[in-house]
Amino acid sequence: MMFDLDFSIIPANKELLWEGMKMTFLLTGLAIGGGIILGTFLALLRIAKVPVLQHVASAYVNFFRSLPLILVIFWLFFLVPLIVGRPVGAFSSVLVAFILFEAAYYSEIIRAGINSVRPGQLAAARAIGLTYGQAMRSVVLPQAFRAMTPILLTQAIILFQDTSLVYVVGLRDFLVSAEIVANRDQKLVEMFLFVAVVYFTFCFLASMGVRYLQRKIAT
Amino acid sequence: MIEMKSVNKWYGKSFHVLKDCTLSVAKGEVIVVCGPSGSGKSTLIKTVNGLEPINSGEITVAGTSITARETNLDKVRSKIGMVFQNFELFPHMNVTENIKLGQIKVLGRNNKEAEVKALALLDRVGLAEHAHKYPSQLSGGQQQRVAIARGLAMEPMAMLFDEPTSALDPEMINEVLDVMVELAQEGMTMMVVTHEMGFARKVADRVVFMDHGEIVEDAPSKDFFGSPRSERAQEFLSKILSH
Repeated sequence: MMFDLDFSIIPANKELLWEGMKMTFLLTGLAIGGGIILGTFLALLRIAKVPVLQHVASAYVNFFRSLPLILVIFWLFFLVPLIVGRPVGAFSSVLVAFILFEAAYYSEIIRAGINSVRPGQLAAARAIGLTYGQAMRSVVLPQAFRAMTPILLTQAIILFQDTSLVYVVGLRDFLVSAEIVANRDQKLVEMFLFVAVVYFTFCFLASMGVRYLQRKIAT
Repeated sequence: MIEMKSVNKWYGKSFHVLKDCTLSVAKGEVIVVCGPSGSGKSTLIKTVNGLEPINSGEITVAGTSITARETNLDKVRSKIGMVFQNFELFPHMNVTENIKLGQIKVLGRNNKEAEVKALALLDRVGLAEHAHKYPSQLSGGQQQRVAIARGLAMEPMAMLFDEPTSALDPEMINEVLDVMVELAQEGMTMMVVTHEMGFARKVADRVVFMDHGEIVEDAPSKDFFGSPRSERAQEFLSKILSH
């Protein structure tokens, strides 16, 4: 029976699977974007010469890095409605959870990236009269992001895999969609093989991209 | 143009980098600051545009106090060009973009004006054909000439040079010094931290000698090279001129 696999259920359910895939991509994309924006902001706070701001940002980072992601997802899903007094959708609560969580990791990556830019670059930018904000935007951050692109992409790969955790709040991502098909049609082996191949392919290609970028930046 | 009065600076509590430094640079004057390494000369020049804050004393540039709280330092800096030992060109921008950045962001020039100005300055420092290259594609001497052009693009009233040739291979020093000599002869107010005594002799109006954070000697260059009054300056000169 193990060798009697029937993969025809994949094309037969391609709409459902594709919907799930879109959800996975949408969550990954929005969480990366939001995480990088919030992470950059946190990184700038952490390097600010104002102790209070540094402490706030570092408390944030330490807090979120000390919690399992799944707990953050649960929290936002179950607690936020209690606080705001009305239900928030699964999608928005999960998205906010990912952004808050990822930002803690991104901010550390971005901070390291900023520190990798020679201090003389900021001095030179300030010397021509740019404000601190202009100097960061035009001179320091572009160099920092270039240096950290590979590691940001690595973090994105982890996030892409982590989005599968949304099954806990009943959101239909790629994995959940595949599971629905698998259970309904009793094709567990085929579907989970297919899911594994899909995740592996995306992550493997992205990892190759990371290696390519690392080589490119090193030269 | 540049006035420094009793400037003091400490690193931490114990290291007194600048001790009661008083110095003035008149409009059109060229001042060379020299001294052994660790004497505080680079720190001194960086206090002029506020890149290094000071603990006490007063610094004014064209009548504007650098140290006063209400001063818009960014505005003052835009009027003082600065050239660094390690060039500090922006590696993610090509040469022209490097020279355009400040013009567009700070002076509010439009892209076309900034481009025209950048190309004219590149031509002036002899690098017109390299306009579209990136800093990493240029030699050290060429990069430093671009850095000078970047400073000049802001039409500064004074230029600061912090050891502009120290990071250069010997054969590239002259191409940078030539640009600086030309600038001096055109009447630019310049403060130059350097060990290039040939340059000092040729164009400096005054030479300032620093040691251990103090201005030990401040003399017209003829006098300085003729008969430095302080023992420490004599010793320094005999060391760097003996070869």
